[in-house]
Amino acid sequence: MKTAQGIARDVQSGESSATAELENSLSAIGARNEELNIFLYVDEAGARAAALSVDERVAKGENVGPLAGVPIAIKDNMCQTGIPTTCSSKILEGWRPPYNATVIDRLMACGAVPVGKTNLDEFAMGSSTENSAFGPTRNPLDPSRVPGGSSGGSAAAVAANMTPLALGSDTGGSIRQPAALCGLVGMKPSYGLVSRYGLIAFASSLDQIGPLSKTVTDAAMLLEAIAGHDPMDSTSLPEPSPSLVAHVNDGVAGKRVALVRELVEGADDDVVASVNRAVAALKDAGATIVELSIPEFRLGLSAYYLIAPAEASSNLARYDGVRFGLRVNGEDVAAMNEATRTAGFGAEVKRRIMLGTYALSAGYFDAYYGQALKVRTQMIDAFKRAYQQADLLIGATTPSVAFAFGSKTSDPMAMYLSDVFTIPTNLAGEAAVSVPFGTGEAGLPVGVQLLGPGRSEAQLFAAARVLELAEGRP
Amino acid sequence: MTSPLRREDVAHVAKLARLSLTEAELDLFTEQLGQILEHANDMSTLNLEDVIPTAHPFGLVNVVRDDVVRPSLDRDVVLAMAPDAQDGRFAVPRIMGEAP
Repeated sequence: MKTAQGIARDVQSGESSATAELENSLSAIGARNEELNIFLYVDEAGARAAALSVDERVAKGENVGPLAGVPIAIKDNMCQTGIPTTCSSKILEGWRPPYNATVIDRLMACGAVPVGKTNLDEFAMGSSTENSAFGPTRNPLDPSRVPGGSSGGSAAAVAANMTPLALGSDTGGSIRQPAALCGLVGMKPSYGLVSRYGLIAFASSLDQIGPLSKTVTDAAMLLEAIAGHDPMDSTSLPEPSPSLVAHVNDGVAGKRVALVRELVEGADDDVVASVNRAVAALKDAGATIVELSIPEFRLGLSAYYLIAPAEASSNLARYDGVRFGLRVNGEDVAAMNEATRTAGFGAEVKRRIMLGTYALSAGYFDAYYGQALKVRTQMIDAFKRAYQQADLLIGATTPSVAFAFGSKTSDPMAMYLSDVFTIPTNLAGEAAVSVPFGTGEAGLPVGVQLLGPGRSEAQLFAAARVLELAEGRP
Repeated sequence: MTSPLRREDVAHVAKLARLSLTEAELDLFTEQLGQILEHANDMSTLNLEDVIPTAHPFGLVNVVRDDVVRPSLDRDVVLAMAPDAQDGRFAVPRIMGEAP
């Protein structure tokens, strides 16, 4: 399949058309969506209208934008006017938002063509896309395995050549982990770089929207298109979108890269081998390599699984059967709320709401939530110390390659452990990218993770590009 | 701190969160939530008395906008999404009991 960069170039030059590129995308979706369960909704009519409008503008000689005619998949926790948006939950089934998320408006302004909404773990809570109320998504590289999660549908859409680009959201690793399991580039940008307006909230101090793609340049193009200040999100960083594509080939000469012991600890041997080869490739490209231990990273999982559920329990209080979504009637309003939430939420969402409610409840607040917030401070300080000794950090994205269906569903702790290497970045509000590098068990892709301080996206893409070139990808 | 979670705690939390659980779900959640809290015990042994808690990565400051009227969602559009609406308002089942 063509890259987003190739499509945009060909559409703008008239060598191809947005309509032709969209029809390729729709055929690929038609061929495998039933088998893989990637798209929950395909907006054929809306996408065709958007593509036609791009083609008309090209015909008039207009410069349509950096993503001219590029089909893109949208994780189904982002609002798009009139398009069903479910968060893969029965509680929102059939709901059609009356407004666009800022990222949708920005994509359309750059000429991109949103083709539909992708499956996820319900409310983005999960690491395998098995928690969807509408059935699991299969990994296109091996349909007996999970695509990762929670942005599993978005990752699978790109891996199955249905679209060259997809948007995901990352609260504890939900872009990077599926990127790793599907052999893609996936970035969690710095907190505040991309507007969260219209992203349905899970844990507001951790959530970030970011790109999934096959190539580093495509990811940089997509992030550049959606980033930048938005007055509709009070946590949005004040500055405009950074220049990323222009720096993709900056390399790593003279950069200090630290291999972090805690980011390979417990990983499978083939994953560790890929990380070591990636370190060698960065060294060959002129980086200085150091080794670091950051023991605070070991506490990330515990802090995250109190902080994220605590925020979720508050955010998900809005699903009460009053203003939108499902209502199951009861004899009074409290009974209606309870019947609605009991019928509408799946098991993992209930588990996290309960955990968060408990961690915030009288008598336990200080011991759990309060303590987790202090560990978060220590995590941020630990990153700051690490960045005195290194420009970027490197480790694995996930402990293993894509795992089999059902292998972790009965044991929440085992599932949570697949996020152990991605969580620290979210707690600190910083940036990290997963880039495919080598293969592991059964020839499945391994993801190597590069981590950087806030606003280091250009440096991270440049380092990821070095690894892409070292793997012989163009 | 060993796992402090009892079945009645889970039942209480479910009530606070407006969820009703079956007996089997109560057993399962007591066990699973207990395991997660037990994992979190690796934080409880730390002495963090002097550490300032972080609720947000950048220490948010309040953001205000100019007090000018802007277009917003139309009331009819919003009410059309509601499970039940009446006379331009959201309609819900009764909130208070019958008068004694």
